[in-house]
Amino acid sequence: MAALVTVNDLHVTFPGGGTGPVHAVRGISFTVERGECVAIVGESGSGKSVTARSLVGLAGPFAEVRAAALEVDGRDTGGYTDRDWRRLRGRVAGLVLQDALVSLDPLNTVGQEIGEVLRTHRVGVAATRDAQVTALLDAVHVPEPAERARQYPHQLSGGLRQRALIASAIAADPPLLIADEPTTALDVTVQASLLRLLAERRAAGSTLLLVSHDLAVVAGIADRVLVMRDGLIVEQGPTQRILTAPEHDYTRMLLAAVPTAASRGHRLSSTTRSPLPAPAVDPSRTVLRADGLHKHFGTRHAVNDVTFTLARGEILGVVGESGSGKTTVARIALGLLEPDGGTVHLGQTRWTGVPERRRRPDRRRLQVVSQDPLSSFDPRYTVEKLVAEPLDLRGAARRDRVVELLERVGLGAAHLRRHPRELSGGQRQRVAIARAVGPRPDVLVCDEPVSALDVSVQAQVLDLLADLRAADGTALLFISHDLGVIHHLADRVLVMHDGRVVEQGPVEDVFARPEHQYTATLLAALPVLTG
Amino acid sequence: MSIALPEQATSPVAALAPHPDPAPSRGRRFAPGLAAAGVVLLLVAVATVAPRLLTGTDPLAADPFHALEGPSGAHWFGTDQLGRDVFTRVVHGARYSLSIGVISTLLSVLSGGILGLVAGLSPRAVDEVLSRALDVLSAFPEVLLALLFIAFTEPGTPSLIMAIALAFAPRYGRIVRAQTLLVRRSGYVEQAVTFGLSRTRLVWRHILPNVLGPLPILATIGLGSAIVNASALSFLGMGPQPPSPEWGAMLSESRNYLRVAWWAAILPGATLTITVISLTAVGRRLQRRFEGRR
Repeated sequence: MAALVTVNDLHVTFPGGGTGPVHAVRGISFTVERGECVAIVGESGSGKSVTARSLVGLAGPFAEVRAAALEVDGRDTGGYTDRDWRRLRGRVAGLVLQDALVSLDPLNTVGQEIGEVLRTHRVGVAATRDAQVTALLDAVHVPEPAERARQYPHQLSGGLRQRALIASAIAADPPLLIADEPTTALDVTVQASLLRLLAERRAAGSTLLLVSHDLAVVAGIADRVLVMRDGLIVEQGPTQRILTAPEHDYTRMLLAAVPTAASRGHRLSSTTRSPLPAPAVDPSRTVLRADGLHKHFGTRHAVNDVTFTLARGEILGVVGESGSGKTTVARIALGLLEPDGGTVHLGQTRWTGVPERRRRPDRRRLQVVSQDPLSSFDPRYTVEKLVAEPLDLRGAARRDRVVELLERVGLGAAHLRRHPRELSGGQRQRVAIARAVGPRPDVLVCDEPVSALDVSVQAQVLDLLADLRAADGTALLFISHDLGVIHHLADRVLVMHDGRVVEQGPVEDVFARPEHQYTATLLAALPVLTG
Repeated sequence: MSIALPEQATSPVAALAPHPDPAPSRGRRFAPGLAAAGVVLLLVAVATVAPRLLTGTDPLAADPFHALEGPSGAHWFGTDQLGRDVFTRVVHGARYSLSIGVISTLLSVLSGGILGLVAGLSPRAVDEVLSRALDVLSAFPEVLLALLFIAFTEPGTPSLIMAIALAFAPRYGRIVRAQTLLVRRSGYVEQAVTFGLSRTRLVWRHILPNVLGPLPILATIGLGSAIVNASALSFLGMGPQPPSPEWGAMLSESRNYLRVAWWAAILPGATLTITVISLTAVGRRLQRRFEGRR
């Protein structure tokens, strides 16, 4: 039997504004066999999502899709009208997108949403529709399916929403299930359970096409991997072969860039193993100390008895899932939020429970790098003004220092006049880091600084942070949901769950011999790059 | 399965725009409508600054022998019941309409802006009081509010300006307050706090410039409404008194002759309409430009 999906010489072009047309996919060919799980892996702008969407006619209203062959389930989709595509979607190919909250109609209950797919494709009869919906929700392991079917998307958690979306995608029992970043933005434990669900669908006979930026996520489930870059497939092959014996430099670079336990102490942004400079941790000098922090939001105990110290030159990783209170801890440490109980000291200076006026002179000793640098930049400022703002310098000295800082983070004088909107995500984060280290802080609070970045850019930023702390002896309070990043970078780790610190200690000890059940669960849920 | 459209970002700038243009602006296209609007505004500006460039006759020169004559080569817009040249009066009237509109809009932006800024930056209690006051004022239709104000003062140009300014101030006040809250809670203001900036410097350096940025564009769009309302009030006799060639007053004077001399009412009215449409078109274009930039 022929392959379920045959793509031959696919091109997708978007009419660009100003800069001319954007050639998002530049002539790629691949097949997906029945019952197979194929993963398209690539960084942002690689064309992976556009490729997947082209298979169901959703490349976009302005996209120009050309292909020598684009066949799905034996149908030649060349010359398909909107109507033809609608009939194909859901019936032949189900699509699961990243953000279930956006993909589900907020005015429909989950049951209506799934029922609509059934009605559109005339699956079953109206009388048994509710039962069918319940059965579908049950199939994707939504607890209390009958009750959930009556709820609206916003009433469900992210994981349940994603399950509901999968239920609607498989409602008409399509042979092909396309999932575009199905687990991105979900907590690691939820991600693990969704990956199990996808594996289950596959065992039940579905063909899967996954799209992900994360090699580790797809490694455990995909039979074959296509690595895309700049609209081209640079390498494809069996997952095992790609992971263990990558042929293309880009694949090698991607693999090397993934932070893991094994990469600890080494540079990520180079395919040859080179060690990072040795950190100079001075345990006798505590630069930041938090004692028994508590914070309530309404009835929720967001931070419950959190105590930690940070020594000069040390990196303390704070890891936890969403809602664990890690960002609240960061905001308290930064003096942006007053705790309900407990104290923070910056060096010997009392940091909480004092008026802002008293904190101001010491503010520059504690700087922050946030997840979204663009929102932390005044929209009117150029790179030069941004980096210069926390500096106490004027005129030429100021300009020189800004250039020096930009050069430290791998940018240069050429970027001075640029506007952050014109920079890439990685460059923006570099600007944010240059600005934060400008006042020579004792402590740098990094709140998910690499979460929004591609893995190769993340590698560069993590290397940069490691270099900076080794050179300056800056201590880092490094907050992340990503255990791999923490394991790679941090000296000590603080595991948070429901506002409490469930475990803390040296990274190697905690990750090798977790004492708390929750830590063990987190570690077990971590997708691993088996090589 | 349905794919919901991403939520449209609602910015305070959009609050004044009841009919946002759904078509995405693609690149720089030549827009004939916009060009026409620009020409109209240029003519209106010339009429305001130097009306003698457009017409040589006196707007008050009556000629009873040529009363209520239709449009012709000699009188482009015809003549009114006193034989005055309608075109000349329309040209000279631009000064009244435009200056009343501009001054009152400036006043309302200024007063509303200050109120909104104070409300947005103040502690909650002060904010509540100011916001509720603005809400109450906004609950009255703008014309009614202006009428009420004039009822307590002398009809005439100064009180008309004050009335319009008062009527429109709550609108700007609410927008500026919303924008202030948005900027105040933004990531970059918080970031600036971590640099140890004082509150005053925060306001001057980051909050004020980012709040005030969209105001000129809002004011351009609001200017149209101000001009229409000013004309409406002078139509009712609350503004410049006859024989001043204000557009609303001209409509009022000529309405009795509408059946025999449509031009004396329709043509000033059309001028008013086209001016306001042009202002709105240009304002919207500026707004889209500005929002695209962010």
